[in-house]
Amino acid sequence: MTYLQLDGLNKRYGDINVVESVSLTVEQGEFVSLLGPSGCGKTTTLQMIAGFTEPTRGRILLEGRDVTRVPPEKRGMGIVFQSYALFPHMTVAENISFGLEMQGMGAADRKRRIGETLELVRLGGLGDRYPRNLSGGQRQRVAIARALAIRPKVLLLDEPMSNLDAKLREEMHVELRNIQKTLGITTILVTHDQVEAMTMSDRIAVMFGGELVQVSTPFDAYEKPESAFASGFLGKTNRIDGRVTVRNDRCCEVQSGTLSMKIPHNNRACPEAVQIYVRPEKIRLVSPEESRMTSTVSARMFLGSHWALEVDGDLGRLRISVPNVGVPPPQEGEPVHLGWQDDDMRILAHEANHG
Amino acid sequence: MADSTAMSPPVSASGRPRFNPSPIYLASPALLLFVGLLLVPLGLTAILSFSVYDSAVGVGQGYTIANYIEVLSDSYYHEIFLRTLLMSLAVTVMSIVLGVPEALILSRMRSPWRAIFLIVILAPLLISVMVRTLGWAILMGNEGLINTALITLGATQTPLKMLYTMTGVTIALTHVLIPFMIISIWASLQKLDSSVEHAGLSLGGSHATVMRRIILPQIMPGILSGGIIVFALSASAFATPAILGGRRLKVVATAAYDEFTGTLNWPLGAAIAVLLLVGMLAVILGSNRYIERRYAQVFES
Repeated sequence: MTYLQLDGLNKRYGDINVVESVSLTVEQGEFVSLLGPSGCGKTTTLQMIAGFTEPTRGRILLEGRDVTRVPPEKRGMGIVFQSYALFPHMTVAENISFGLEMQGMGAADRKRRIGETLELVRLGGLGDRYPRNLSGGQRQRVAIARALAIRPKVLLLDEPMSNLDAKLREEMHVELRNIQKTLGITTILVTHDQVEAMTMSDRIAVMFGGELVQVSTPFDAYEKPESAFASGFLGKTNRIDGRVTVRNDRCCEVQSGTLSMKIPHNNRACPEAVQIYVRPEKIRLVSPEESRMTSTVSARMFLGSHWALEVDGDLGRLRISVPNVGVPPPQEGEPVHLGWQDDDMRILAHEANHG
Repeated sequence: MADSTAMSPPVSASGRPRFNPSPIYLASPALLLFVGLLLVPLGLTAILSFSVYDSAVGVGQGYTIANYIEVLSDSYYHEIFLRTLLMSLAVTVMSIVLGVPEALILSRMRSPWRAIFLIVILAPLLISVMVRTLGWAILMGNEGLINTALITLGATQTPLKMLYTMTGVTIALTHVLIPFMIISIWASLQKLDSSVEHAGLSLGGSHATVMRRIILPQIMPGILSGGIIVFALSASAFATPAILGGRRLKVVATAAYDEFTGTLNWPLGAAIAVLLLVGMLAVILGSNRYIERRYAQVFES
């Protein structure tokens, strides 16, 4: 049964549609990320779920009940804010206690729940500290603990990692995901960080221009993007302009430059002008016999686990990611032979450039 | 707080800080002004307050504490000091009661209105104290606008007495001093993370609870420092109590003025002025220490 349902949510500010007909269903215990660049409407969508912003049109259903007009203090959502929004005049324990007091929980139960929650976020023993005496990472854990302690119906995370440094962020991704799985709590994360969305979510809802452009598992979102935007926003990609010459049941033949390629179309309509997308890691350096095309290395960067190459050839400039197997790839100016599978290519109708 | 390491003077090879005279040069104009216009007159007043006074010859030779004994032992002065204290407290409380909601509403206003209403609130400070006070006198008189309106509306038969009462003085002082309260609260509202209110609501707190337990404690330092400013300014206010309070409802500032200009007993006037200063310093320093200790968490976060 659907746990949380967004039904045609729409938000207008003046003449601008910030969020346009967003419909999404979330199962109980599921972790869904709203992913998109700033200004795509993801935060407004979260604000509507939390109840801080009233939708212009559409409904929000929680456990089958319409909560669209229910005020935020009666929705039972746990929210972790980007700034953490801790209460600076209260200790860590008092911060967590606030929500429990509002539920009318007795002092003994509160104490136990605060202790449990602090252990859960590995802050045991810090209950008497004030937020200002904590590090950024600890403050974030307090914010998570405060939201979790009330056993919210849904946990809403509003760019919670954006104030942490990269290493801490990676640790928190794993930890937060573990906590979420342990508690089985339905979670919605708003983020512009594709790595964050991919590592933590069951499903990713990619937003652009106020609309949901794709809702799928992280793997599908990366491997089978349904729009040029999703393809470019999730990871790196190469975009090649092409022209469909033949279309049969399974494949299109696409001509680009001097190259002709057979590309599976997965039963989607193919207009004549298309764009071909190939991920950098799908293009391999191969022997001349297997070569699809020959190019010249124009730039070469070493990134530890892999090399990033830029090559110039018939299809223009391509980016290639080569795993570091202990032997450096050819240097700048040297020719390389490139190969990739037909299935590694994805064709999408020619669209305006989304970057 | 300024970063002390960034401000420290260069260190010489021997390890001792080299003397850098430029801060003293830079500070000297302000320092001279402060010494010349505040410390010297204050010192002279303090000396004067210990001078002997004789009604026949005026300020005499020698020093005495008789002036202080006279003020501290005479119930006439007790009443004046008590009246000043109560008036200042009333103005402070009124400023808090009216100023907190005003500041909160102001902080939630949209862009053009906020600036407009900020100017409206600051307007009393832009008008000369005499003009403003006389304006209140015109409004509050028995034939004034307020009473005329009340009688016309049938709210009262006889005019309400406002002029020459402490009520009138308190209203007028609150009007002019409330901007200080609002600016002070405004400053602490600017520091407030706007999402703490949402956090409080999402945790199930009603708007009233969030206001009482989350917002108010965080703007309390602003309220209290605004309170100190308003208290100090109303305790030392002169023109408003003098005009609206009349000759009989004296406060400390007008009493000191009368001693100087009316009875010409300068030493006694000086003693009253010094006692007012000491009293205010005690109140201000005391409350300041209390605030800093009580709200250390909010201040330093």
